[in-house]
Amino acid sequence: MSFVEYSDFIQDGDVAVVYLGHESMMPVKVQQGAQTQTRYGAIRHTTDLIGQRYGSKVTCSKGGWVYVLHPTPELWTVTLPHRTQILYTTDIATITMMLELKPGSVVCDGSLSHAILRTIAPTGYLHTVEFHQQRAEKVAEEFKEHRVDHLVTVRNQDVCKDGFGVTGVADAVFLDIPSPWEAVRHAKTAMKKQGGRVCSFSPCIEQVQRTCEALVDQGFEEVSTVEILLRVHDVRTISLPLPDFGPDSLAQTQPDIAEKTPPIQASVTMKTTIPPREIPGHTGYLTFATKPRT
Amino acid sequence: MADNVDEDSQYRIKEGDYVVLKRGDVFKAVQIQLKKKVIFEKQWFFLDKAVGQLYSSTFEIVSGGILQPLKPKHTEGPADAKEAGTDNRNIEIIQQLIENSSTFRDKTEYAQDKYIKKKKKKYENTVTILKPSCRILAMMYHGREPGKICHLRYDTLAQMLTLGNIHAGSKVLVFETCAGLVLGSVMERMGGYGSVIQMYPGGGPVRAGVESFGFPEHFHDMLHEFPICHVSALLAGTLDTTAKDPSADSKKSDTSAEEEQNQPEAERRGSPEEQSMETSTGADGSHDPEKDEREKLKEARAQGKKVKQEEKRKKLAAAAALLEGRNADGLVIASRFHPCPVLMGLLKFLSPSRPFVVYSQYKEALIECYTKLKDHGGTVNLRLTDTWLRHYQVLPNRTHPVLLMSGGGGYLLSGTTVAADCSKPAGSQQAGEPAAKRLKLTDTEG
Repeated sequence: MSFVEYSDFIQDGDVAVVYLGHESMMPVKVQQGAQTQTRYGAIRHTTDLIGQRYGSKVTCSKGGWVYVLHPTPELWTVTLPHRTQILYTTDIATITMMLELKPGSVVCDGSLSHAILRTIAPTGYLHTVEFHQQRAEKVAEEFKEHRVDHLVTVRNQDVCKDGFGVTGVADAVFLDIPSPWEAVRHAKTAMKKQGGRVCSFSPCIEQVQRTCEALVDQGFEEVSTVEILLRVHDVRTISLPLPDFGPDSLAQTQPDIAEKTPPIQASVTMKTTIPPREIPGHTGYLTFATKPRT
Repeated sequence: MADNVDEDSQYRIKEGDYVVLKRGDVFKAVQIQLKKKVIFEKQWFFLDKAVGQLYSSTFEIVSGGILQPLKPKHTEGPADAKEAGTDNRNIEIIQQLIENSSTFRDKTEYAQDKYIKKKKKKYENTVTILKPSCRILAMMYHGREPGKICHLRYDTLAQMLTLGNIHAGSKVLVFETCAGLVLGSVMERMGGYGSVIQMYPGGGPVRAGVESFGFPEHFHDMLHEFPICHVSALLAGTLDTTAKDPSADSKKSDTSAEEEQNQPEAERRGSPEEQSMETSTGADGSHDPEKDEREKLKEARAQGKKVKQEEKRKKLAAAAALLEGRNADGLVIASRFHPCPVLMGLLKFLSPSRPFVVYSQYKEALIECYTKLKDHGGTVNLRLTDTWLRHYQVLPNRTHPVLLMSGGGGYLLSGTTVAADCSKPAGSQQAGEPAAKRLKLTDTEG
């Protein structure tokens, strides 16, 4: 198993995702002899997981069952133990396409790592910067565990002061920091002289304004700011009762018509979708720009 | 310096390259062909002078339709920076127009911007030549010919590629009627590694959009195709892709002997042709040199036909081999067909614990899919979604969302496959991995 390549069977040391039910999943580190507790009972790694096919149904000790899924960056985004505010799939997908990421891309970033690694493998490279030392260590460890450490270098430094630690190599730079305008010139330095794409994610419009100004000052082109929101449609079967306006007046004057008209239904059933009661109305603004040849 | 040139060679425009022309927000995909007139934004010009220049260069269209490289400009302020490459002369013209306009001063700021934009567009004569990418082509198709791509908006396409976990080294099935845009985008994200099988309706796969990406030759080695009219047979195990007797093949073709032309490459099918070839070398022994020529041509054509049919059979067999294992890693559907039967039919080819994503312009069609999938079982994490996209104008004291936005970009149904309902005990695993699942760069099959 790895986050950048599929495999079919669960092995000791893998990270798997246990699906418990709608919108309910948890990550599991597969280990010989270990057990994982769920509300349906215990999962015994040795018998229930190791050697089983990904996607299999597993019956837990109390009798309930779950599915074991192969990890993907998307599943990881919703199940991982949250350390910081993270980006969700909707924004990640847009960023991936707008930065033109693909196998072979060299990227500098701070927080999209799994999704980026999956996209740039096997020939790309990621230079990631993490300000807090402990987080930097944890992240490096995670990459090893997820078998992607050969594609990434983690640097523990302040991107605004010291940049990404590389020069002229990146096809794309992603900034998810409080003061991205301070890092714009470092982004420019890290990028290839032939050009590349940059993206900055900021929750506040003031940050966006300062970043756009910095981008233009540094000679970036095609500066564009968008926001993207996901709308989920929950499928439901609904039943709408029909009103009773009393017997049809025609029936009284023309009895033969009354015979032909069908009996009044009590309700109509149909499938539709309903929106969730509350939805995320804002995550952040995405600002994209192109660095021209320098 | 020699070093610079080598470094830049992959960034230089070459004859035959597929490129995208851009002016402002308007894009057009064309191929660089010498001495060929190209039309873009109501202007005719030749692309000859672009050869050897760097991608993302901006050119001015001078008289005679010749391209002249524009020196990169260091623009004055944010407003100008947005339209990089605007010629100074044009700025002067527009200034003049503004000065001569009696009503300009009375316009609102929004109306003034609109006026300037319109005049700029009218007098604009620059064009930028870009290297194609999924981002650029998706925006182009959505802006230019949305009908051709079932009104798939570019951010929706972005969601599909990520939700489908499209990445190098996997085996992905694609069923689309979006002129090849979706197929090309999937291929771009796979970088030539792994395999893509295009399932297609009708007589042949439509791939015009794929060409526009300008992929290197070897990318095409990873691309396979399979006609959906054979899906049932393949699933039932009754599809025969072995070589047959060549004379048996010729009987099945339709007759179009009237269209006979003297072109050896033309694929001519028809039993009358076969018969006439046989009879003309017949018994009477006459030596008409013209007739002999015609016969030779017919023979060559028949041979060519056989070779092509054999190639086609080989391709079908190769695609069938990839599908038979029912171990594909992803499924992407985006078409004008009702998605429900397409999805139910093609899901069978996926391994368990793999993602699938279906696009439809219409929500109701996906509601049906959702319901069917829930009843059928075998999938989890089903989600029916769409995305809301808004652009912003960011300028000092004039920052606000852009006034017009896209009304809709289509809907997606995504999910993950799981094992069919029968939990396997630890002992009885299938032996090893199915053959040839991950193809390397150099295709060893067919």
